[in-house]
Amino acid sequence: MASLNVRAALLSVSFLILALGLWEMATQPPEADAAMTEYERLMGGADQESRVPPPSEVIKLAWAELSNPFYDAGANDKGIGIQLAYSVYRVLTGYLAAMAIALPVGFLIGMSPLMYKALNPYIQVLRPISPLAWMPLALFIIQDSDASAIFVIFICSIWPMLLNTAFGVANVRQDWVNVARTHELSPIKTALTVILPAAAPTILTGMRISIGIAWLVIVAAEMLVGGTGIGYYVWNEWNNLDLASVIFSILMIGVVGMLLDLALGKAQKLVEYKE
Amino acid sequence: MSKSFLEVDGLSKVYPDGQGGELTVFEDIRFALEKGEFVCIIGHSGCGKSTILNVLAGLDEASAGNVVMNGKEVKGPGLERGVVFQNYSLLPWKTALNNIVFAVQARWPKWSKEKVKVHSERYLKMVGLDHALNRKPSQLSGGMRQRVSIARAFATQPELLLLDEPFGALDALTRGVIQDELVKIWEETRQTVFMITHDVDEAILLSDRIFLMSNGPNARIAESVKVDIHHPRARATIFQNPAYHKTRDYLVDFLVNRSGSALPEKDGSPKVVELAKGVTQSTPASAESETESETAARAVNA
Repeated sequence: MASLNVRAALLSVSFLILALGLWEMATQPPEADAAMTEYERLMGGADQESRVPPPSEVIKLAWAELSNPFYDAGANDKGIGIQLAYSVYRVLTGYLAAMAIALPVGFLIGMSPLMYKALNPYIQVLRPISPLAWMPLALFIIQDSDASAIFVIFICSIWPMLLNTAFGVANVRQDWVNVARTHELSPIKTALTVILPAAAPTILTGMRISIGIAWLVIVAAEMLVGGTGIGYYVWNEWNNLDLASVIFSILMIGVVGMLLDLALGKAQKLVEYKE
Repeated sequence: MSKSFLEVDGLSKVYPDGQGGELTVFEDIRFALEKGEFVCIIGHSGCGKSTILNVLAGLDEASAGNVVMNGKEVKGPGLERGVVFQNYSLLPWKTALNNIVFAVQARWPKWSKEKVKVHSERYLKMVGLDHALNRKPSQLSGGMRQRVSIARAFATQPELLLLDEPFGALDALTRGVIQDELVKIWEETRQTVFMITHDVDEAILLSDRIFLMSNGPNARIAESVKVDIHHPRARATIFQNPAYHKTRDYLVDFLVNRSGSALPEKDGSPKVVELAKGVTQSTPASAESETESETAARAVNA
């Protein structure tokens, strides 16, 4: 009997083949059994009925796009790699800015019940706001569409990091804090050598949630601000009625999102500890 | 009167009882420790032993009274007092060695990395863990973790070592082995130790004096029993000493029959009991009460 992994892989591949096969069959163009009408001839033989492209077409396009991902032929014709790079750049910039605020503030409210009580109402009101709701205000204040998209990423990724940091810091076992106290560690040293490693798994969980949300939000934000990025690309291809490209870019969004999550997952493994 | 190394004077702890009143867990605790002494404190649960130890450690504050060590009042935790907690309190993300390195660095910040490492390894070797230097606490058994914790406390060479039921969570066999190691390491270092235990045999094996606490609330340290068995002691042979049985019977009798009502001297200091000299008033003599207290001793140990 093959190992579980091998069997799972075989099953995965057969599901894929099955799904692609069904999709391919369901999207075959109807046979042109009759001679073309005058109108059809005028239209170059195009279908009247629009159809979802079959997987073979998407794969062909994906091959072409991925073999030259970084070409740049003008504002509306850039390679998928360039578009994704713009999106990743925006996500990482907003995300790092959020980290720079969320980690120290989270530490503060985790350590100080007073600050927690004082800041909690604001956090609870701001947290449920859809990040895109900030967009008009950001555009007005910042006056720059690119920076506004980054701001939206910032505002959506700050909350999970902030709350998880606060929670992790507040729940560090008293025993470990006592160890720091009996060894006369300074507050800074205690924070860095005891509380930070103790809370790190919880903090990383927050960071992983944040990167996921940021990647969800960037697509919508770029559809709004336009110009560059994978979100803009999807919308642009929709306007071109190039559905194969739309499907291809949807898949690429999934792949990049998965890679971001994997990276954070690896980081999480590094700081995990067993009690 | 010459000053002792550690003087505890009129310590008491009062908690709100949740119904608007107050609950005095222990009151007017008075005792003194001399340098190099090993003292155990025994009492039923709820008499506040751990709180007393935490006050000595500086992790908790007493409602009244004060603690003076080396002529200086104890306020807050400090490196001159090392603590071994019942639940080991090792930092789980550090290896066994690094848990000790961390403490040694805190104690002697100016030492070179190499010196810190050598010193830390020496203490891990003392507790027989030189093969497990690079293992994380989660990869160690309970007994091994407590050894690391003991090594950490001894490695910082505190003037006073506070052990809060260090073997409470271990099985009897492991406990025995580590008791022997503690005896060995203490014979080598002769540090001043104040230890909480529930185990009468453990107390006799380890200590020079045993403090007996009456039951809470309003618990006191009622008596201080001298253990008249000379060092070095060993778990395997200590049973052969007649003083061992005498002491054991006395302790068990206190815990079973007298801990509810026992009181210290009028001035608040514990009554000094020296069994060898026959100063004591009552020891259970009849065979019947002997078996009774045996059963009770087992209950106390459990």
